[in-house]
Amino acid sequence: MHINMTINGTDVTREIEPRVLLVHFIRDDLRLTGTHWGCDTSNCGTCVVLMDGQPVKSCTVLAAMADGHSITTVEGLANGTTLDPVQQGFMEEHGLQCGFCTPGMMLTARALLDHNPHPEPLEIREAISGQICRCTGYATIVRSIQWAAEHPVGTAETAATTEEEAVHA
Amino acid sequence: MQIPAPFDYVRASSVDNALALLDRHGAESRVVAGGHSLLPMMKLRLARPDWLIDINDLFELDYLLIDGQTLRIGAMTRHTTLLESDDVQRLFPIITDAERVIADPIVRNRGTIGGSLCQADPAEDLSTVCHVLEAVAVVRGPAGERMLSMADFHRGPYETAVAQNELLIEVRVPIRAGSSSAYEKVERRVGDWAVAAAGASVTLDSAGAISQVAVGLTAVGLEQNVTEVEAVLVGQTPTEELFTEAGRLASLACDPLADQRGPIDYKRHLADELTRRVLRAACRRAAASASEITI
Ligand SMILES: Cc1cc2nc3c(=O)[nH]c(=O)nc-3n(C[C@H](O)[C@H](O)[C@H](O)COP(=O)(O)OP(=O)(O)OC[C@H]3O[C@@H](n4cnc5c(N)ncnc54)[C@H](O)[C@@H]3O)c2cc1C
Ligand code: FES
Ligand code: FES
Repeated sequence: MHINMTINGTDVTREIEPRVLLVHFIRDDLRLTGTHWGCDTSNCGTCVVLMDGQPVKSCTVLAAMADGHSITTVEGLANGTTLDPVQQGFMEEHGLQCGFCTPGMMLTARALLDHNPHPEPLEIREAISGQICRCTGYATIVRSIQWAAEHPVGTAETAATTEEEAVHA
Repeated sequence: MQIPAPFDYVRASSVDNALALLDRHGAESRVVAGGHSLLPMMKLRLARPDWLIDINDLFELDYLLIDGQTLRIGAMTRHTTLLESDDVQRLFPIITDAERVIADPIVRNRGTIGGSLCQADPAEDLSTVCHVLEAVAVVRGPAGERMLSMADFHRGPYETAVAQNELLIEVRVPIRAGSSSAYEKVERRVGDWAVAAAGASVTLDSAGAISQVAVGLTAVGLEQNVTEVEAVLVGQTPTEELFTEAGRLASLACDPLADQRGPIDYKRHLADELTRRVLRAACRRAAASASEITI
């Protein structure tokens, strides 16, 4: 069947089998491998993407069900070389270790802050309660999201490190 | 990698269209609402529909409205909408209590009340809530609409009165003056299904005596309410002794199975303890709302 959706602001049209799950469509058809795929049973949340701004577990949504909708993946968080404050917060507060849960955590954080710009730590914990960090770095994930809440437009340092800077660092 | 068996997909544009599609594609067609029960079953190949009829565009079934003495909940209302509704919290705190512990916030963004009730999983929380609130299910099919009490709607584990060519349209919950309710669940970890849960609804008369009560249990092998409790509580002023007796009756009425969530005696203990807690909370809330204090 024919599907058409907006992914990170870009229109995409593809021919797919109806049984293709959104997570596989994003990773295999669109080659956007920032969205991770873990438990496959809607328990871990590493596959979370935003559908019309709302976090959903993409292993439990058909690509066909996303037809006509707008999807944001982790690749869509940064604006050019300017990081989303959530991404910057994960750098500032060491919100990731192996990074496996990170894309889902960051998208849930983005949706939370869009809805509630000044969440209490307990509200942050509640928002990410459907997601598992295999490295158990929850305390730093909460602090990273708090950092983003305190710096809603990022900071002067919010620019992503360019390759050149990385070489000189 | 879990991938469903092949099927054809079609999106319904209205309730009538969904009913026509169910009729046209017959026995091997299924509707998908939030998909958070059906898609996992299809991924495990426990369900293999030939046709999947997506009803997510039926915004006409996504509503909460107070109509006289009834709260009307459209079948496509998401868990998140129920959790965030102030009207629901004020009128039926049992729904808010339950929604806080149904799955996790992200699953709640997709799952619907209609899908929950039609799935009728024995550990599913809203069936108990609807039994306790004496809700009515509105089911529509080619022959028109029928209204079913929860006792008629909910036939047992994974079984409801909704026929293959019918849709659950709406859930109607009666609003009673002087009444309140509560739900409490024990789970192994956040987002998990219940080890056991209990719900209660009570109505207090102007003298503070119990004029109506209902208690229901989740995941312990009792599909209908614990009717034994009514005879003991109705007409009485709430006391700890009565709650203790109600808890004892609930633990006797249930029929739990031992599984990885716990042995039988532990689940009976939970049925007892949770029944006492929800009755206590529902009575306290009903008394507080009678004196116009919100809690
Ligand atoms: C990780 C996880 C944890 C969960 N934990 C809990 C929990 O703790 N407690 C709990 O209660 N639930 C829990 N759930 C289930 C969740 O609440 C589901 O959303 C719900 O059971 C089904 O709703 P749905 O809209 O996703 O239904 P779907 O999966 O779309 O449908 C379920 C069934 O109902 C049928 N159906 C759906 N809508 C209608 C309709 N309007 N008319 C007729 N038939 C219909 C479908 O054909 C299908 O057979 C959990 C789910 C997951 C994935
Ligand atoms: S892969 Fe989707 S929730 Fe784990
Ligand atoms: S950083 Fe390793 S899983 Fe969370």
